[in-house]
Amino acid sequence: MTREEIFKKVIEIVRPYVKSQEALDSVNDDTNILEDLKVNSARLVDIILNFEDEFDIEVEDEDADAVNTVGDAVNLIQQKIT
Amino acid sequence: MSQRVVVTGLGVVAPNGVGLDQYTKALRGGISGVRHYPQLEELKFGCTVGGIPQGVDDIADRYFEEDELLAMNSSHRYGCIAAVDAWTDAGFELPTPGDESVDWDSGAILGTGIGGMDTAGEKLVPLVDTGKVRRLGSTIVEQVMGSGVSARVAGLLSLGNQVTANSSACSTGLEAIIEGYHRIIAGRAKRMLCGGTEGSSHYSWAGFDSMRVLCRSHNDEPERASRPLSASAGGFVPGSGAGILHLESLESAQERGVRIYAEILGAGINCGGHRSGGSMTAPNPEGVERCILQAIDDASIDPHEVDAINGHLTATGADSQEVFSWAKALKRTPKTFPLISSTKSMIGHGLGAAGALESVACILMLENGFVHPSINCEDIHPNIEEYVGSIPQAVHEMTNLNTIIKAGFGFGDVNSCAIFRKWVD
Repeated sequence: MTREEIFKKVIEIVRPYVKSQEALDSVNDDTNILEDLKVNSARLVDIILNFEDEFDIEVEDEDADAVNTVGDAVNLIQQKIT
Repeated sequence: MSQRVVVTGLGVVAPNGVGLDQYTKALRGGISGVRHYPQLEELKFGCTVGGIPQGVDDIADRYFEEDELLAMNSSHRYGCIAAVDAWTDAGFELPTPGDESVDWDSGAILGTGIGGMDTAGEKLVPLVDTGKVRRLGSTIVEQVMGSGVSARVAGLLSLGNQVTANSSACSTGLEAIIEGYHRIIAGRAKRMLCGGTEGSSHYSWAGFDSMRVLCRSHNDEPERASRPLSASAGGFVPGSGAGILHLESLESAQERGVRIYAEILGAGINCGGHRSGGSMTAPNPEGVERCILQAIDDASIDPHEVDAINGHLTATGADSQEVFSWAKALKRTPKTFPLISSTKSMIGHGLGAAGALESVACILMLENGFVHPSINCEDIHPNIEEYVGSIPQAVHEMTNLNTIIKAGFGFGDVNSCAIFRKWVD
């Protein structure tokens, strides 16, 4: 799976939780999931679980804690699936 | 000075109608919302019929964001749709995204009898028992906590007054309305969304089935299964849904210049103490009569002003005793007895939502001038044969219907009673 494909899937998983449509329209690797996309921090748990299901991976708590931006998520997933 | 309390908005999600138009039509037409559910048969329930609101998932995405829906079980969906409808029916707009203002004068008391059992049965227990706690995600707590629905509604509508949930079994929905009424009388809130919600879950219904208090005789004729007041009543039909009243001080309603449906004239709440025939599962008749008298006294009316009774009337052996309690408390004979009907005959027993679903029915009957039929009692129970003339088998048009008294009773020997009067400007 290319990085671009992972990026697209990550955005689809995050999309339902996003409260700032504006930030989503210009989303890139540096977009912060909580601060820019205004995702409720409690819902990060659900987003991580959805990553696990979508990419058939397991994400440890420490890895999950290090995910701040969309790029962090994409990198983590890419690392786990290769 | 104590405030007068009026009803200025209604919301309903019922097995025989979602929304006020559908519900009014179904009540007037004596249309049952009870259906057969094959899953109950597969799971070897004795009662395989139930009352479940139809088409809710199809409209839910008009009310809620995608992420909100992921955290809402059936009880949440019913309760929140009814709350939003009651809010807009009362003339309010929904908050726009980004609006940070809070309405500090509006609150909510939205109760549930059991609540969240679908979430517990389908997610919580299976995942926890197989060592998958971390797979639960972030939405379990808010779906199983008692105040989950009121909490969600507070966010949807930006409520800033008291937001809480009550629970008193099948008295819950009406108790919530009475608690809100008291809060407004006391001047502690101007407006309260009050009522009850109950999800549709076989896990909620199973315990009643095992107690053998559910109807087992009409699984092949679901619309005839809920038979309050009849000789052939053999237990209640489990139901679900939500009913919510938007209560408001008369002062606030008049300032806003909104339509007023009815006034709550008075109310009573008590418990029979599990004595004199009362128990965990049966009411002490003295408690019931005292509760009705409390409401009459609170309303400062003559009991003869009551035009109609909306009973608790579940279709168990307690129906006859309930009729006798009404007669005693309202000082009526079979000849002078007001019209009495059971909304449960059409929607089943909505448990924690029942009293609220039925209160919405009361307000709609006052507003539209009719008393709905009590269906499926063509064979009136012999104990109450003398009252047959007071039990409408078909809709009773009554343009001069002014005052309805409504009671709800619940496990724990708890009682609630409220008196609603049509508002005339």
